[in-house]
Amino acid sequence: MEVALSFVVSVFFAVAIYLMLSKHIIRILLGVSIFGNAVNLSIFTAGRLMREVPPIIPEALPTPEVATASPLPQALVLTAIVISFSLFAFLLVLAFRAYQELGTDDTDGMRVAEPEGEPMPPLGY
Amino acid sequence: MTADGQWLTFLALLLPFAAAAIAPVLTKALKHNAAWLLALAPALIFLHFSGFVGSISEGETLSAGYVWIPSLSVDFSWFLDGLSVTFALLITGIGTLIVLYAGGYLKGHEHQGRFFSFILMFMGSMLGLVVADSFLTLFVFWELTSITSFLLIGFDHSREASRRAALQALVVTGLGGLSLLAGLLVIWGATGVTSMSALLASESALRDAPLYMAALLLILGGAFTKSAQFPFHFWLPNAMEAPTPVSAYLHSATMVKAGVYLLMRLNPVLGDTVAWETILPLFGGATLLVGTLLAVRQTDLKLMLAYTTVASLGLLVMLTGVGSEKAVEAAVLYLVAHSMFKGALFMVAGLVDHESGTRDVTRLGGLRKAMPITFVAAVLAAASMGGVPLFFGFLAKEEIYAGLGFAGGWTAFLTLVALIGNGLMFAIGFAVALKPFLGAKVETPKHAHEGPILLWLGPLVLGGLGLVSALVSGLSHQLVSSPMSSAVLGKPVTVTISTVPHIGMPLVLSVVTVALGILVFAMLERGRTAMAGILTAIGWGPDQGFDQVMRGLTRLSFRVTNVIQNGRLDYYMTATFVAVAAAVLIPMGLYDEWPTVPQFPRMPFYEWTVLLIGLIGLGAVIYARDRLTAIVSLGIQGFAVALIFMLLGAPDLSFTQFMVETLSVVILALVMTRLRLSPTDHRPTGEKVLDVAVAGTCGAALGLMLLRVTQVPFNTELSEFFSQYSRVIAHGRNIVNVILVDFRGTDTLGEIAVVMIAGLAILALVRIRSVKPLAENKEEG
Amino acid sequence: MRTLIFRTVAPYLTSLMILFSIFVLLRGHNEPGGGFIGGLIAASAFAIYGIACGVSPVRRALYFHPMAISGFGLLVSAISGWLSLAFNVPFMTGLWTKVSVLGVPVDLSTVLFFDIGVYLVVLGSITSVALALEEREHG
Repeated sequence: MEVALSFVVSVFFAVAIYLMLSKHIIRILLGVSIFGNAVNLSIFTAGRLMREVPPIIPEALPTPEVATASPLPQALVLTAIVISFSLFAFLLVLAFRAYQELGTDDTDGMRVAEPEGEPMPPLGY
Repeated sequence: MTADGQWLTFLALLLPFAAAAIAPVLTKALKHNAAWLLALAPALIFLHFSGFVGSISEGETLSAGYVWIPSLSVDFSWFLDGLSVTFALLITGIGTLIVLYAGGYLKGHEHQGRFFSFILMFMGSMLGLVVADSFLTLFVFWELTSITSFLLIGFDHSREASRRAALQALVVTGLGGLSLLAGLLVIWGATGVTSMSALLASESALRDAPLYMAALLLILGGAFTKSAQFPFHFWLPNAMEAPTPVSAYLHSATMVKAGVYLLMRLNPVLGDTVAWETILPLFGGATLLVGTLLAVRQTDLKLMLAYTTVASLGLLVMLTGVGSEKAVEAAVLYLVAHSMFKGALFMVAGLVDHESGTRDVTRLGGLRKAMPITFVAAVLAAASMGGVPLFFGFLAKEEIYAGLGFAGGWTAFLTLVALIGNGLMFAIGFAVALKPFLGAKVETPKHAHEGPILLWLGPLVLGGLGLVSALVSGLSHQLVSSPMSSAVLGKPVTVTISTVPHIGMPLVLSVVTVALGILVFAMLERGRTAMAGILTAIGWGPDQGFDQVMRGLTRLSFRVTNVIQNGRLDYYMTATFVAVAAAVLIPMGLYDEWPTVPQFPRMPFYEWTVLLIGLIGLGAVIYARDRLTAIVSLGIQGFAVALIFMLLGAPDLSFTQFMVETLSVVILALVMTRLRLSPTDHRPTGEKVLDVAVAGTCGAALGLMLLRVTQVPFNTELSEFFSQYSRVIAHGRNIVNVILVDFRGTDTLGEIAVVMIAGLAILALVRIRSVKPLAENKEEG
Repeated sequence: MRTLIFRTVAPYLTSLMILFSIFVLLRGHNEPGGGFIGGLIAASAFAIYGIACGVSPVRRALYFHPMAISGFGLLVSAISGWLSLAFNVPFMTGLWTKVSVLGVPVDLSTVLFFDIGVYLVVLGSITSVALALEEREHG
C-alpha cells in the first residue's frame, strides 16, 4: 500500500506543480489545492499505513487492544487540511480581487509590484 | 576587584547609554543648559576610572566581568591596564568638555537633544571598546562606534555631502569591522583564547602560529580603516561635514584612535616581527606624508586640522610599528598630546566659525581683540602641536626622534619622513592658531565677539593641560605615560623625558623641524597653490574611487535584480521547483540513499479503484476545457483522497477532507462564475515540454523520497505514547482528537488563530473598494 | 440554484446539519468527530442556507457577525488554556470535573471548552468567507 500511495503522491505532486507553472492564475489555484492534498497524503503515508483500524480505544479498555493506525500523523494532517483550506480560500479571493483590479488573469500582466522597465535607482547619496 | 568595584565599573560602562536615553527629554526641558547636567555622566565615569590610576601605576592590572554566553565561552568582561585606563580617561575627560562645548555650539538647534543622545552613545561605545576584554565585547563595541559615528557624521542629514560622508565612514569602517571580526576569529582559532588578557598572557603563542600572517593582515584591515591610514584616509576629512563638536571628539581622542588602540593593545603579541615592523611604518609613513601634504592644500580650518589628524595617525602607526622601547614611549606621549591639542584646535576652529560665520582661513584675520580667550587657547594648543619647549608636544617630539634612532638605512628614512611631517604639521598648526587672529582685521560674515563660557571652556582647559602636564612631567609620566607604555610594550618601563632640553641629536632634529615649520608657514600661500596644481593634475583619488565603487555596486545590483526578480511568476515557480527537485535528488544521489525497488503492491480491488479515481480526477483537471469540468474534477480528486483516508483507518481525516472539498468546490464555483476565465492552457508547446519535465522530475523526486522514508524502520515511540495515555491521562477514547485538543493543544490554539486571521484577511480583501474599478466596468459594459 | 424545492428544504436541512455538527463536536473526544469537523459541517450548513435563500436571512439567523463568533471561539479556547494556571498547573493542562444534569452524570472539562472554541473559530471564519463571496454573487 505504501508503494502504491508513494506513486499516487508523486503523480499528485507532478500534476500540482505542472498546474502551478502555468501563467493562468486560476490554474495555479487548482494546482495549490492539489498540492495541499499531495502534502497531506505524503505526511499520512510517511506515518505508515494500517488498514481499517481507526485510532479509537474501545469503550471497556484503558488502551487499544490491537494495533491501530498511527494517530499522530492523523492529528497533524487534520489541522493541515483546515489550514490549507484557509490558505486556498485566501488565495482564491486574492486572485479574484487581482483580476478585478488589473483586468487580467495572466500572471505576466500582473506587474504592479514589479513593473517592467523600472528606472535605475539614483546614483547619488 | 571586589564585587562592589565590579558592579560600579559595569554601571560606569552603562551610564553613557542611560544618559543618552534621557538626553532628549532633558534637552527639551532645559534647552542648551542640559549640557551641564549631561556632562556629569562622563565626568563621573572619569572620576571612577581615575580611581584605578594609583594601583595601575604600581603595575597592577584588573580584569573582571560577567558571563554572557558560557556555551561559547563568551563573556562581557573588561580589562584595565595602563593603556585602557589612559584611553578611558581621555575619552571621558575630553567627552565632558565636548558635551559642554556642544551645549554652546548647537544652542537653539532643533535637534540638540538628539545630538547629545548620539554623542553620549558614541562615548559609551568608545569606552566599551577600549576597556573590552573578551573579543566579542570588543567587536560589539567596535561596531557600535561605527554605527554611532555614522549617526553623528550624518547628523545634518538634509545635506547630501553630509549623507555621503556618513555613508562613506560607515562603509569604510564597517568593512574594517568585518575584517577585524575575521582576524579575531583567526586568533581564537590559532590560540584558543577569547579574551585580550588571556591573549596577552599567552606570550608568543600567536607569533608562532601558522596563521599569524592571516591574523595580522585581517587585524590591520580593521585598524587601518578605523584609523584612516592611506589609502583608506579619505573618509576622515569628509567626516568634517559633521558639526564641529563631533569632529573635535571623533578626530582627537576617540574614533580614529580606536585603530591605534588596537595596534598598541596587540603589540606585545602581534608585534616584534618583520612583517609588523615593515607594514606598519610603511603605511604609517605614507599616511603621514600624504596627510601633511594634503593639509597644505586646504583653506578650511577644519579640513586643515582633519588632514593633520590623518598625518598624526600615520605617525602613531609608524612609531607603534617601529616597536622599540623609545618609539613606543614616543607614540604614547604623542597620542596623549595629540588628543589634547587636536581637541582644543578643533574646538577653536568651531568657535571661530560659530562667532565669525566662516572658517576659511583666507577670509579671516585680526580676531585677537574680539576673541582673546579663544586666541590664548589656540596658541597654547598650537604650541603643543608644533612641539614648542615647555609643552607636552615637545616631550613627544623629542621622544619621537630619540625613538626612531636615525641609525642609518631604514630608520634614517623614517626619521626623514617624521621630520618633514612634523615640520609641515608645525606650520599648519600655527596657521590655524594664528592666521585668524593676527594681522589686519578682515570683514567676516558675522560680527565676531567672544563666545559664551560653554564654548571656550573646552579648548582653554585642553590647551592649558598641554602646558601643565609637561611642567609636572614627572607626575604625568608616573601616572599615565609609564603605565601606558608598559602596557603597550608588555613589560614595565619608565618614561623619563622632561621639559629640560637634552643636548643631542633629538634636539638638533627638533630645531630643524621648527625651522622647516617656520619656513613652510611663511610660504604657505605658495605651497597651497602648488599642491592644488599637483592634485588637479592627478585628478583621481580614493575619494572619487569610493564614488565609482558605490555607483558600480548600484548598477550591478540593479542588473542582478532585473535578472533574478524579473517579475514573472512562472519563472520564479520554475526556479523554486527546480531547486526543490535538486535539493531532494542530489543528496539522495550523493549518499546513495535511493529506495530499493519495491514489490508490486497486493491490494484489494476496491483500493485500486479509489486510487484510480483520484488519478482520473487529476487528469481531468489538466484536460478540462471549461471551468465547470475543472471544478468538478478538482472535487473528484479531493473525494478520492477522502476515500483513501477512510480506507486506511482515519475516519476523522476522511470527514474533514469531505467537508473541505465540498466547501472548496462551493467557493471556487462562487468565484469562478464571476470570473470570465478559461481554465484551458495557452502555453506554447516548448514551454509545456519544459514544465512537464520540471513537474515530472519534482514529483518523481518527492515520490522517491517518500518511498525511501517508508522503507526505513519506523519509530513508533510517540504514537505509542499517545495510544497508551490517551484514555488513562486525558480521558478520551478518540486518540486523534485527544492529541489535537489536549496533548498538542497549544499547537491547535495557534492553528485556529491562523484560520481566524485568514478569515479576517479574506474579509478585508472582499471589502476593499477598488480605486479605479477597471474590471468591474468592463464586466458591466 | 434558487429553485423552489431547494429554498423550501434549505432551512430544515440547515437546522439538521447544525444539530448534527453539535453532535459531532460533543462526541469528538471518544468517537470520530471534534471541533474541526463540527465547525466545517456547520459552516457548510450556513453556506447552503445562503445559496438557497440569500445572505441576509443567514446573517439575521446568525445574529452575530460570523467573524465575531470566530473571535469569541478563539477567546474561549485561550481562556480554557489559561484556566489551568489558576490551579497551579502548566498552561493547557486539562481539568476535569463531573456535574450532574437532571440526575445524569456529565463529564465537564476545559478540553471540551477548548474544542468548542475550535468549533466556533472554524464555523465563524469559514461562514464569514462563504457569505462574503455569496454576497458578491447576489449583490
